[in-house]
Amino acid sequence: MTRILFYGHPLPGMTETHLPGKLIVVEGTDGVGRSTQIALLREWLEANGYAATETGLTRSELAAAGIKKAKRGHTMGDLTMNLFYATDFVDRLEKQIVPALRAGFVVLTDRYIYSLIARAQVRGVDPRWIRDVLGFALVPDVVFYLKIDIQHLLPRVINSQGFDYWESGMDYLRSDDIYENYVRYQGQLISQFDTMAEEYHFHVVDANRSVPAVFSELRGSIQMIVEELQSPADAAMPAAPRRKRAPRAKGARAAAAPAAPQPAAEETAQAPAEAKTGQAA
Amino acid sequence: MATLPDSTPLPGKLFIVEGIDGSGKSTQLDLLHKWLVSRGYLVAFTEWNSSPVVRQTTKRGKAKKLFSPTSFSLLHAADLADRIEQNILPALRAGAIVLADRYVYTAFARDVARGVDREWVREIYRFAIKPTLAFYFRVPLDESLQRILVGRPELKYYEAGQDLGLSEDPYESFRLFQSRILEEYELIVGEAGLTVIDATQSLVRQQARVRRLVQPYLKGALKVDQRPWRQVLAKEGLHGRYLANGAGKDQE
Repeated sequence: MTRILFYGHPLPGMTETHLPGKLIVVEGTDGVGRSTQIALLREWLEANGYAATETGLTRSELAAAGIKKAKRGHTMGDLTMNLFYATDFVDRLEKQIVPALRAGFVVLTDRYIYSLIARAQVRGVDPRWIRDVLGFALVPDVVFYLKIDIQHLLPRVINSQGFDYWESGMDYLRSDDIYENYVRYQGQLISQFDTMAEEYHFHVVDANRSVPAVFSELRGSIQMIVEELQSPADAAMPAAPRRKRAPRAKGARAAAAPAAPQPAAEETAQAPAEAKTGQAA
Repeated sequence: MATLPDSTPLPGKLFIVEGIDGSGKSTQLDLLHKWLVSRGYLVAFTEWNSSPVVRQTTKRGKAKKLFSPTSFSLLHAADLADRIEQNILPALRAGAIVLADRYVYTAFARDVARGVDREWVREIYRFAIKPTLAFYFRVPLDESLQRILVGRPELKYYEAGQDLGLSEDPYESFRLFQSRILEEYELIVGEAGLTVIDATQSLVRQQARVRRLVQPYLKGALKVDQRPWRQVLAKEGLHGRYLANGAGKDQE
């Protein structure tokens, strides 16, 4: 992460200007394969000695249960839903993401504010407003956008859990034909992501390809980012299997905690790849 | 008249009350409510932090002390958004009078007292309908504290602002928190053009003033016959013994 940057007003109570960890976002529409890639990346990071953790929408201690309940009843208006999701997001940002970054973790995030913005905009919510609401979000080190077209998306969804009420935009589209709605809604979401790709400097990944092809592109890119987490002393050591460990989450966490001894963190702040962080400000 | 954020006028009227705890605003709103109903108006009432959609989450956050200033602020915004979308806006579109106990200014005052950015909290509430009249019940801190604390009630954690770590003692924390809120309210009065009511005056005088101020906006407000069956009872010599509780509510 190196330097802390916010899209809007800073998060109240944040005093530091640098955090040693790395914030990596995987974005893309429903069913594109984000969680598969995150599961693979996490294991790969841990196997290579990096402490990794993950979070995703509606996983906050505060608001997850409430959102799920409200969605079951299909009772939420657009504004309410946006603010409820924003509550969930800030709770995870403050209690999961920031503490992990502070401890030097690589934080893999399944969706970020961009999905919330895309959903809001598709439903006609004021684009300025939703960006203001979510302005306390940290600017990530990288945002991978898994870009897929609807023809490639359809078979994946049918093959997995099928069409979902919310993922088909049934809450606001007029037709009651779920297939037709799904195609329209997902098409609209994808075009929102495509537009945001430029605004937020997404790293666009062609997700029409196979899982291994996508993974290999993500891994290559993340490798460069996480290398900054190595202190110069570490980097000079034989690069081969560092801290070989079975990919057990707990064990790997403990192993990599020393990733941020003070002097090393200082150096990291000036590393060349720092330029990456600030571009979306 | 009440207006949408883009200044589109709505047929109904929205009257809201604001003030620190112990200012007597709820008492005054209740008296206004009864008066309006007795005059035959269709009145809907709504209060802060009462949306069924977020209730469970608010309870959870309070019980487990999960809130940060920002999540507290956002969840309360979700609460108002839900009440606007489900209750307030439909009622105003139908031409009814809506009474709200606390409104966006409560968030502007409380959330900023908690350390949230003044501008940001105004941005997130941009969706709110502009009220017809917004009353601010102004009371000196010592008087409100005396009204609230006279029986040494147990103060709740967030109510007393204990999340701010101002003082170990809940009463002292409450006093400090309320004084910050009061300062914010005083800024808002000018900014938002709140109608100030001197809440140190007698209840009767305050209510008389509130009614006088509300009166001019009532022209054209929707009326409803509260007991439409009365005429039948009188004409046929019936007692209405099977009317539910005499209130005439249809059974579900």
